[in-house]
Amino acid sequence: MRWLLLKDLRILSRSPLLVAMLVIYPIVIAALVGFAVTSGPDKPRVAVLNEVPASATQISLGGESVNVSKEAKPLFDAIHPVYVHSRQEAIDKVKSGDVLGALILPPDLTRRLEAATAGGGQPPSVEVLFNAEDPAKLRFVENTIKARVQDANSALAKKFTQVAASYIHLLATGGRFSFFGQTFDVLGLQRAEQILHGLGGKVPKGSAASMQLAQVTQFAHLARQNLGLANSVLDAVIAATVTLMFVTVLLAAGALALEREQNAFLRVVRGLVSRTGLLAEKVALAALCSLVVGLLLLAGLSVFVTLPWSRFALWVAALGLGALGFGALGVAMGALAREVRAASLMAFMASLPIAVLGLVPSGAVSSWLYDVVRGVSAAFPFKPTLEALKSALSHSGGVAGPLLHMAILTAVFTLLARLALRRFAVD
Amino acid sequence: MAQPSATVSEPGRSDAAPVLEARDLVKRFGDRVALRNVSISARPGELVAVIGPNGAGKTTLLSILAGIQRPDGGEVGHVPARIGWVPQQPSFYSKLTVAENLRLFARLEGCADVAGALDRMLEQTGLHDRADSLASTLSGGNRQRLNIAIGLLAEPPVLLLDEPSAALDPRQRERLWDFIFGLSAGGTAVVYSTHNVQEADRYGHNVIVLADGERLFAGSPRELERAVGEAGARDFEAAFVEFLRQRGH
Repeated sequence: MRWLLLKDLRILSRSPLLVAMLVIYPIVIAALVGFAVTSGPDKPRVAVLNEVPASATQISLGGESVNVSKEAKPLFDAIHPVYVHSRQEAIDKVKSGDVLGALILPPDLTRRLEAATAGGGQPPSVEVLFNAEDPAKLRFVENTIKARVQDANSALAKKFTQVAASYIHLLATGGRFSFFGQTFDVLGLQRAEQILHGLGGKVPKGSAASMQLAQVTQFAHLARQNLGLANSVLDAVIAATVTLMFVTVLLAAGALALEREQNAFLRVVRGLVSRTGLLAEKVALAALCSLVVGLLLLAGLSVFVTLPWSRFALWVAALGLGALGFGALGVAMGALAREVRAASLMAFMASLPIAVLGLVPSGAVSSWLYDVVRGVSAAFPFKPTLEALKSALSHSGGVAGPLLHMAILTAVFTLLARLALRRFAVD
Repeated sequence: MAQPSATVSEPGRSDAAPVLEARDLVKRFGDRVALRNVSISARPGELVAVIGPNGAGKTTLLSILAGIQRPDGGEVGHVPARIGWVPQQPSFYSKLTVAENLRLFARLEGCADVAGALDRMLEQTGLHDRADSLASTLSGGNRQRLNIAIGLLAEPPVLLLDEPSAALDPRQRERLWDFIFGLSAGGTAVVYSTHNVQEADRYGHNVIVLADGERLFAGSPRELERAVGEAGARDFEAAFVEFLRQRGH
């Protein structure tokens, strides 16, 4: 099998276009995802008339005093504001085309915002002026306004989240908390875990109390870990999984079909290599190449996204087992399609919907449809690879479950490929 | 059980024990019977031609002898540990050089001395000067020589050739048969299928005629001519066609 693997690597090295694609693909994907993650769209010029009095920029939110001007800064960072002093000046600028539109903030904006967040009163409203003569421009302005309103909502939500996160941090690590002038000492899960560990040594081993204590300690540990989640690396995870899938499935399917296209299949399996051995070699070849490509991609993405290099072994495990799963899927496709072009087409056409289904979030579709989507996704290695990589790159959830899932899928698809090989050489 | 085709062998070798012997082979593909109780044998140095119309079962017979397919009935006995098998289509990697292909298959065949086998086959096939050429750049004749060389790497006592001269021009065909004669002279039993019945007449010590999966004849080319009498006196091809006609094919 070693000689076959070396042979395939040599053939690969003599296909400059394929090698170039294997090298360039992860670099391009990493750069695209990186730029998408770190950069935003061009800023539109918008006239802004702020009628809110300077004295009314402070509101009370969840017991905290919030400066609306400060919180609205990200909103204004997303546009190129052209400050005007009157409504007429704003209208003139819109008419002349100097600005895309005008945003008029009424004097009662903050008062209404405060009342609305407290659960009463009318929601605040802003006035937007734009030139509707050009339908294309109209659509662009409408989309831009929607996006900016969402920005405003998310800015507000972010503030809520920050307040909530500070409380969660307090729960996780413990510390002092002030409320209405009084200060409380919060134990926190971390300290609780330490205390429980200390107690564990004093309770007789194997006793019911010891086992219960161990469960509580474990709960405190998991709860603290999960509350500590901060980094979102989903973009990196998706980019790596999609890349891994395409490279592995296409390579494995093509490499197996090539054995038949070169009429070498029967000659090879007559010798020292069994049919199962040949399948294993193709899976290993594709997995090896895609593992390197996947690691290169993650290394490239780490320039843009903070990735936990300390969990590198888990990256390799997730990528490696994912690659084996995709490799097995690839050889099954190669064995069924039998010809390189048909195998490549099948690999490409099947991979796209598998990826799309794997990315459907719960709640995006009806519950029964989501169950169907989840069932279909579970039959392919994309979703478990995504889950394993997500766990490896952020600290969310366990890795063992998805890895076991991928190992099972690898065995199933290899078996399917082995069955398909029965008619592989038949014309 | 039918007797193996104890064909008229090359003078001086008829007393040697067969190196290949198969009896009453049956092969079915669904409802279609590809082989019906076909027997065949070959002795050292013997050249056995398998001829017949399209779909007669020639390739199926050779692939069963090569161990590629399993028969549904009958038995393949007297099989040497290694049988050289040369499929009809060139079966090697076009992106590897001649030497790399030979080296790879020598390793897959489990040759103890890979370098020795490589040198021997390059010498024997006259491909020494093309050793470093990519297989995709070889002419049709050289591709077939490489194809046969791979089948001979393990120095098998029996070589199975499936239509070896198909797609070769007359000059390349002549060189190929010189090469195969050399193997036969060295004691290798060669069983080959061909559509060109003149090749069976010129090069085969013995001929097996298959039609619709049935063995109709086993013997020397002269015996086939005698079997059809005056009707086939013109030449071997005429005798073969007449033989099939008389047998209802």
